[in-house]
Amino acid sequence: MIGRKKNKTSIPISAAKQEFSFTRRAMFVGGVQAVFGLAIGARMTYIAIAEKEKYTLLSESNRVNLTLLPPRRGWFIDRNGKPIATNRTDFRVDIIPDRLVEKEKTVATLTQLLSLEDDEVARINRELEQSSGFQPVQIASGLAYEDFALISVRLPDLPGVSPRQGFSRYYPSGAAVGHLVGYVGPVSAEEYQKNRDPLLITPGFKIGKDNLERSFENILQGEPGAKRVEVTARGKIVRELNSREDTPGNPVKLTIDIDLHNYAARRLGVQSGSVVVMDCLTGDILTMASMPCFDPNSFSQGIGVSEYAWLREDKTVPLLNKSLQGLYPPGSTLKPLAAIAFMEQGISADETVYCSGGYTLGNRRFNCLGVHGHINMADAIKRSCNSYFYTMGRRIGYDKIAPVARTLGLGQEFDLPFTSQYYGTIPDSKWLEKKHNRKWSSADSLNAVIGQGYVLTSPFQLAIMAARLASGRQILPNILVNKTKKTPQLPYPKEYLDVAREGMFRVVNVGGGTATRGQLPVNDVKMAGKTGTSQVTAIRRDGQRSSEWKYRDHGLFICYAPHDNPRYAASVVIQHGGGSAAAYPIARDVLTFIYDKEKAMQTLNALESTWGGTIEQRMTADLARYRRHKAAEDNKNDTTVPTLKPHEAEDEA
Amino acid sequence: MSSYNSIVPAQISSLPWRIIFLLIALASFGATILYSAADGNMMPWAAPHLVKFLFMLAAAMIMSRLSLDFWKAMTLPIYGFVLLLLIGVEIIGSLGGGSQRWLELGFMRIQPSELMKPAAVLAIALFYDRLPPSRSGDLISLLPPLLLLAMPAALVLLQPDLGTTLAILFGGVVVMFLAGLPLKWFTLSGAAVTALIPVAYFFALEPYQQRRVTTFLSPEADPLGAGYHVNQSAIAIGSGGFSGKGFLNGSQSHLDYLPEGHTDFVFATMAEEWGLLGGLATILGFYLLLRWGMSVALNSASRYGKLVAAGLCCTIFFYIAINLMMVMGLAPVVGIPLPFLSHGGSSMMTIMICIGIIMAIERQPKSSRGKFTTI
Repeated sequence: MIGRKKNKTSIPISAAKQEFSFTRRAMFVGGVQAVFGLAIGARMTYIAIAEKEKYTLLSESNRVNLTLLPPRRGWFIDRNGKPIATNRTDFRVDIIPDRLVEKEKTVATLTQLLSLEDDEVARINRELEQSSGFQPVQIASGLAYEDFALISVRLPDLPGVSPRQGFSRYYPSGAAVGHLVGYVGPVSAEEYQKNRDPLLITPGFKIGKDNLERSFENILQGEPGAKRVEVTARGKIVRELNSREDTPGNPVKLTIDIDLHNYAARRLGVQSGSVVVMDCLTGDILTMASMPCFDPNSFSQGIGVSEYAWLREDKTVPLLNKSLQGLYPPGSTLKPLAAIAFMEQGISADETVYCSGGYTLGNRRFNCLGVHGHINMADAIKRSCNSYFYTMGRRIGYDKIAPVARTLGLGQEFDLPFTSQYYGTIPDSKWLEKKHNRKWSSADSLNAVIGQGYVLTSPFQLAIMAARLASGRQILPNILVNKTKKTPQLPYPKEYLDVAREGMFRVVNVGGGTATRGQLPVNDVKMAGKTGTSQVTAIRRDGQRSSEWKYRDHGLFICYAPHDNPRYAASVVIQHGGGSAAAYPIARDVLTFIYDKEKAMQTLNALESTWGGTIEQRMTADLARYRRHKAAEDNKNDTTVPTLKPHEAEDEA
Repeated sequence: MSSYNSIVPAQISSLPWRIIFLLIALASFGATILYSAADGNMMPWAAPHLVKFLFMLAAAMIMSRLSLDFWKAMTLPIYGFVLLLLIGVEIIGSLGGGSQRWLELGFMRIQPSELMKPAAVLAIALFYDRLPPSRSGDLISLLPPLLLLAMPAALVLLQPDLGTTLAILFGGVVVMFLAGLPLKWFTLSGAAVTALIPVAYFFALEPYQQRRVTTFLSPEADPLGAGYHVNQSAIAIGSGGFSGKGFLNGSQSHLDYLPEGHTDFVFATMAEEWGLLGGLATILGFYLLLRWGMSVALNSASRYGKLVAAGLCCTIFFYIAINLMMVMGLAPVVGIPLPFLSHGGSSMMTIMICIGIIMAIERQPKSSRGKFTTI
């Protein structure tokens, strides 16, 4: 109706008509305005009434910032309640990459404020590159309160930086328990992908990354606390609303005797090796020391590049748990079990063999350590006579010996909460056929019976063997207290075991034994044992043997005490120790510690003063030396990386 | 009236009190919101807001005492002067190496584009007042007003200020529509503009303006970027609910989640604390104001007065409608403040100039008083 089309021939538009048109059009304009008004009113009503719930929720999630407080991790304690892993108060600073504005500038400011080392800055930059954005990157932890306060007051200029007071894992024994308990670390991106629990990406939250820390994660983790704060859009905290305390994780009580364990770790000294001590009645693992080792405290705080490189390049492989994952030819420590196998096959313990200093098989000569003359079974163990074992071993064949080795725990994997165990090799003709596609020969038997050739065992298995020989039971190892399993007797007559034990007693306690200097300096407690020296490589053609560390013989020793009423069984393996003489003094001192701490400590202190201090002091000095060496190398622009991987074959047959 | 109200002088009793009270109510409510937006402080916004308002109100009262003939006589000089200012701003801007929208006068800043909104309406109304009714529908009735609009619109678009350009065009086109130009012209050009929108989007808009349009179409697509304003505004309004969170209790505004909570998004600040009730009351206030303006236009006896009053009224409407639609996500974010509630002097000056002139039209002896009837 408005402004109807006019005919060109109609009379000119008059003022009155124009006014009428204005009124109509003004009413129309007013109407349009009213429609807009109504639409706006309706829209507002819809937002404020129908969508109130949704927007109220969004408004609250804007206003309230929920911060999870990482729970304190449950402790690891030893069998006597002494701490193995605890928590300590920690002032720390993290960066949340997502909230960073100027990365370089922020890192530079922090570097200057906290006087971070180049190494640390490199780690931070690397982690910032790799981080998934939401995942906090640690700048520093274990800060002094002054440094912490210094960062806190500058927060408005440092978006993305998050200082907080929390708890961090602390291992009072340091490197001594690294392989035993493992370490903790921040959650990786893959772990967060699997479980999108916001706790996982809370700064300062760590999960168990290896061994016991990892296996008992569920028990140790605890319940996070929560802090609700009102925050502005820029993240400034206005006030605290209400908070909930964290529920610390539960402690885990281990069978470990931490004093004994620490003693063993220290007693290993500058050697690379393992000491395992077990209660041979219950199967409780009292000590499982593997040295050298990383300091789990360093890992838990985020390890520096150079410290990690130092560990990785070390030829003694500090990253490998030698007790469970180190595989070594066990050498003569297998002779007691071979003796049992001989008796099982009807060989009398009294039958003698004439030792002329070796054994000839075809045109090959297999050497003995000495010329022992006529020798019976127990004395063959005592003096570790190879000729006796070559003769008898060849007579019955290794297929009759291998089952005994397996029954005593060799080549076996045990139900333990450690991340990985290598179970080694106890060869027999079937295995050889399958693995190397050839027939078992007499030469193979000769090698295997003295624990060489294809035979590989872990130090932990050797300790199990010692415990089983000593107790006569098929004991199973425990790492948690009060978990002793009922175990059957070994399927061998007591007389057979007694012959083996008698031989082991003579090794230490009777003149002419291979470890007579291993007698315990303790009244009325006699130790029985068996030495082992295993070759790493065949003797070179020219008959010369390299003196290089990685070609030196391994030193081994298995033992138990007291001989008349066995309670403790142990194995000591010294990688490239040169021979069993490197191993049995350690076993002697560790067992002495059980009965006479003072005497054992005197021995240790005297030794440590010649080694250059405690484990920690030596590691600190060594790391500093490594860094100096690296710096000098960098200056020379020489980028050759030492390739130092000594290696024992790892057979996962 | 004067017969039983003789104590009060005629000059005072003849003032349009009802509309003055309405303006005071709106501006006071605005100051209340600004007081809350500043976390319960009169500074920096509420007090200057009130001072400016009272100053502008006094100015509007003075303008309302000027005769319509004076305004008619001044129309072209005013238009020409403001156009010169716009050109001046453009020159200063290009000399200074950047875009500039205002002139610094020392005691205040003048934004010529704001002054152009009423000036353009006055100029076009004057043209149609002088155009003989018989020529309405000829090309002569179309081209001069288009030129009058095109010059300032082009200058403001150069600044670039799309919101103000649209406001100037809107006021001018409404006057042309009310002047009785053939309806066909509007429908045709309406269709043409609709067809040109996609072309304009791709070739005429700056990237930031394009982003505002895409954001308007789907604000949730980019909640932390360009859609942030609209989303936070909706959260403020929605969480306010029916009666609001209470005075000084708006978390969206007080914790800075709502950007521009004292200027363009002041309505959201208000709605969070006063709820739907406060929102509807504000809309009612604007309704009464516009209703008064339109009734002045209908009741004015002069053609110039009718066109000016309706055009200025629509200019005020443009501010209100675009701002409210923007805060509710019904229009793109274009940076247009809400009259009387938003903090900011330039837009308040424009609005009060419009109101002063409408009051002058209402006062004309030739016209009967615009009735401000209660609903």
